[in-house]
Amino acid sequence: MAAIALKDVEKYFGDNYIIRKLNLEIEDREFLVLLGPSGCGKTTTLRAIAGLEDIDSGEILIGGQPVHKRQAADRDIAFVFQLFALYPHLTAYENIAFPLRATKESKAVVDQRVRAVAKALRIQTLLDKRPSALSGGDMQRVAIGRALVRRPKALLMDEPIGALDAKLREEMRAELKHIHRQNEATTVYVTHDQVEAMAMADKIAIMNEGVLQQVGSPAEVYHYPANLFVAQFIGSPIMNVVNGAVRPGEGYTQVLLGEDDAVLRFPSALYQKVVEHRHESDEIAIGVRPEGVLVARQSIDGYIPVEAHIIEPLGPYDIVDLKFGRQLLRSRTASGYVEKAGDVVWARLDEKQTHFFNTRTGESLQIKL
Amino acid sequence: MAQVELRNITKKFRRHTALSELSLEIADGEFFVLLGPTGAGKTTTLRLIAGLDAPDSGSIVIGGADVGKWSAAERDVALVFQYYSLYPHYTVRENLEFPLKSKHRRFTAEEISSRVARAAKTLRIEHLLERKTDRLSGGEMQRVSIGRAIVREPRVFLMDEPLSNLDAKLREILRAELKDLQMKLGATFLYVTHDQVEAMSMGDKIGVLNHGRIVQIGTPHQIYHQPRDTFVATFVGSPAMNLLSGVMRDGRVVVVPGKLEIPVQREIAGELATSAADRVTLGVRSEDVVVGPGGGLEGQVYGVENHGVEKIVTLKVDEHLLKATVPARMAISVDSTVPFTFNPSKLRFFDAQTGAKLGSVKEA
Repeated sequence: MAAIALKDVEKYFGDNYIIRKLNLEIEDREFLVLLGPSGCGKTTTLRAIAGLEDIDSGEILIGGQPVHKRQAADRDIAFVFQLFALYPHLTAYENIAFPLRATKESKAVVDQRVRAVAKALRIQTLLDKRPSALSGGDMQRVAIGRALVRRPKALLMDEPIGALDAKLREEMRAELKHIHRQNEATTVYVTHDQVEAMAMADKIAIMNEGVLQQVGSPAEVYHYPANLFVAQFIGSPIMNVVNGAVRPGEGYTQVLLGEDDAVLRFPSALYQKVVEHRHESDEIAIGVRPEGVLVARQSIDGYIPVEAHIIEPLGPYDIVDLKFGRQLLRSRTASGYVEKAGDVVWARLDEKQTHFFNTRTGESLQIKL
Repeated sequence: MAQVELRNITKKFRRHTALSELSLEIADGEFFVLLGPTGAGKTTTLRLIAGLDAPDSGSIVIGGADVGKWSAAERDVALVFQYYSLYPHYTVRENLEFPLKSKHRRFTAEEISSRVARAAKTLRIEHLLERKTDRLSGGEMQRVSIGRAIVREPRVFLMDEPLSNLDAKLREILRAELKDLQMKLGATFLYVTHDQVEAMSMGDKIGVLNHGRIVQIGTPHQIYHQPRDTFVATFVGSPAMNLLSGVMRDGRVVVVPGKLEIPVQREIAGELATSAADRVTLGVRSEDVVVGPGGGLEGQVYGVENHGVEKIVTLKVDEHLLKATVPARMAISVDSTVPFTFNPSKLRFFDAQTGAKLGSVKEA
């Protein structure tokens, strides 16, 4: 097992950078997810750690040792791809045992290690089958077994469950996480799926256009996004963001959505903090997740009347689009709480769940109320 | 706009039965979603309604008339596909005009330009009208494809997974836009998808299709809360409904003797006793597995997933795994033992052999 560190890693393709000044530390035994849209540089980063891709500058350390000059085979790392890449003519057992062939382990040791891995992956009963007789999920379990059996220092996975259907992905998420806890290999896991990242990661590193945007626990990146990109990439439904303004009021702060589509009351400390945080008199973008838009069926002090537009029933809860003037904000309510489109209800933004961003840079003002 | 009815439709491809005895009704102005996994027969159904294929038996009625002998053009329905199918070297405007310039239709130049303008305004693509379609983003291309359907003002819109090629964020935005569009147009929509979130969020009604048969038709609420069988129960909702196999004993479902025994409300127990063998499958959604003191049952925490506003906890009781939704702020650590219970009014029961719902259990 080993920690992995990337220091000022850069990778260019002609004049374009694919990875820019990437600094990232992955602790021993940690499960780190590299998350971002396609083309953000996450797979290139993973391949660079694996030694499948050269870097133009910077350093990659595994267990404290610089490795970028070593061959991929000498890095003691296992790689799992989205496509299963199993040997079709070998059984599941033989596929898993394959990487141990070159080692000089006795048959008994190989057998014991294959069976231990198979047990962890719950594929003991499938060991005699060939890949063609296995389901997609089981094939991927075998592929992971083959990676784990070597007991590598680090396990690198590139969208390993991206090709499976939704239900199976849900199951495999829990399984993979469980396996990680048992074998404790330092894991770097690449995905574009924020649900997967949130569900599995100890730590998430979010990338966009080759630049690292934020590193943090799932709770940190969800509750304290560093900028608008992270705010809107993490979470479903997407965080509401509207341009607006903050103005001082008598004993409170006015938060204006849009031009003056809606005026909401916030604690007076807000204006003070905005003044402290803002270097220029930029406009402010106001961000709030659907669960931070509080809805009531009766008029309550501090709530303003809004019209319900579209109601999306998702089962355990509804997502209701509310019209704050011309601004549409989505709220999360109990199932059936707002009866039908066109109904007028009362709403406000929960100040503890409201984020303020610099509209020019996209950076969060990091205001906590 | 028109109402659509399928009566006992069967369609075979050689020896494979794609659809068997399929019947459904779509009301005028309704947003109807046909939901099912790959190969269920969803696209076949759309193609039959559009007139691109003919059923082996059964009839298709649009606006009160049997259209079995009508050509695709005469049926006056519009299809929107997953793939954009736009003409790449033409502008958005030319793409929108195209369906109106077919020789079957005689529209004046003013009529064409006013229809294109109206559609562009509805879809908010007015600023793109003079742009070539190969210079559009995926979301814009899909809006233009929908625009090509709108300008025709068809009686029925048929949509075949129109959002599935788009990324997650864009799908979320277009979901709401499509629903809004359908409400504005007051149009009849038949929308096909394998994505249960799309079905739940957009459909006035959902028809769940599996192996060429309709399993259940109902509102999203009915489908979610009163699934007719274990297929619907696990296909709709995320995470999938927990299913536990047990034996009815003294008013309790015994899954693991002494460790996982679930008391059942008296009237339901009575109903189950009269309707079924003693083996039942108990279904409970993750939000109805309540973790906390006073639970009465105990499970070991097998895994914890962060989902932002909430966490999904996998509990292990013997060899059984079940998922529970808890608030994000609840501190819960892997491998610890936690008390839990089930919301008694939300338990569902299915026949252990057939998977069919047992009893006429009412929603509390």
